[in-house]
Amino acid sequence: MVAATVFFYLFSVLAVASAVMVITARNPVHSVLFLILCFFNAAGLFILMGAEFLAMILVVVYVGAVAVLFLFVVMMLDVDFVKLREGLASYLPVGGVIGLIVLVELALVFGTWTISPEALKATAAPAVAGVTNTEALGQVLYTKYFYYFQAAGLVLLVAMVGAIVLTLRQKEGVKRQSISAQVARTPATAVEIRKVEPGQGI
Amino acid sequence: MIGLSHYLTVAAILFTIGIFGIFLNRKNVIIIMMSVELMLLAVNINLVAFSTSLQDMVGQVFALLVLTVAAAEAAIGLAILVTYFRNRGSIAVDDITLMKG
Repeated sequence: MVAATVFFYLFSVLAVASAVMVITARNPVHSVLFLILCFFNAAGLFILMGAEFLAMILVVVYVGAVAVLFLFVVMMLDVDFVKLREGLASYLPVGGVIGLIVLVELALVFGTWTISPEALKATAAPAVAGVTNTEALGQVLYTKYFYYFQAAGLVLLVAMVGAIVLTLRQKEGVKRQSISAQVARTPATAVEIRKVEPGQGI
Repeated sequence: MIGLSHYLTVAAILFTIGIFGIFLNRKNVIIIMMSVELMLLAVNINLVAFSTSLQDMVGQVFALLVLTVAAAEAAIGLAILVTYFRNRGSIAVDDITLMKG
C-alpha cells in the first residue's frame, strides 16, 4: 500500500509539473517532449488504477502517434516561435483568473459530491472478478458497445481521408502515368500503317 | 490510502492547466492543441478513475472512444495547420480571421 501511495504521488506530481512545462516552455520542441512525459505519467496513473489496457493504449496512441505527429509538425514548419510569444504577459491575468475560476468550481463540485446508492445499482457493465482488464474490456467492447466501436473506426477513417485531402498537393509540370488514358487507346489512334516502297526510306 | 478523490484532484489540476495554456499561448496554435490534448487526458483520467472505483467497465469504453476522437482531432488539426502555413507562411492565430472564402 505504501508503494502505491509513493507511486501515485510520483506520477501525479510529475504529470502536473510536465503539464505546466508544456504550456510555459519557450521552445515548442521542449513542449512536445514534456507532453510525452505527461502522457507517460498518466499511463502510470492508469496502471495504478487497474486499467492496464488503456495505459498501454495511451502510450501507443498518444506517445507513439499524436505526440510524434506534433513533433513532426513543429520541426517541419519553419516558424519564428519567439514572435508568437509576444504579448504573453498581457494574457496572463485573464488566463489566470479564468483558470482559478475553473479550479474553484471543480473543487466545489468534488468537495460536496457523493455517489448515490441508486447510481451504484445502475451499473451498465459490471467488472467481472478474476478476469484481466483487457479481457473484461474486450468482453463489453465487442458485444454491448460494438456499434460505438465501429463508429470510432469510422471517425478515424474520416480523419485519415480528411488529413490526406487537406495536405495532398498536385504539383505542376510533373509527368504522371494516366492509366485510363492508356487503356482507352485503340489501334486506330495508336498504330499507323505505312506502305514502304523497296529501296526507299520513309 | 489513495482513493477516487486523489485521482479526481489530479485530473482537475491537469484540466485547469490545459485551460490556462490556451489563454497563455493565444498566438501559437500548436501549444493550444497540446493544451486541448492535456484537457482530454484529464477527462480520460476522470473516466477511468470513476470506472475502476465503481467497478463499471463502461467508463473505460468511453475513455477509449475519447482517445480515438483525440487522435482524429490532432490529425485533422495538424493537417489544417500545415495547409494554413503553406498558404500564409505563419501560424499566428490572429491572422486566421483575415482569411476569405
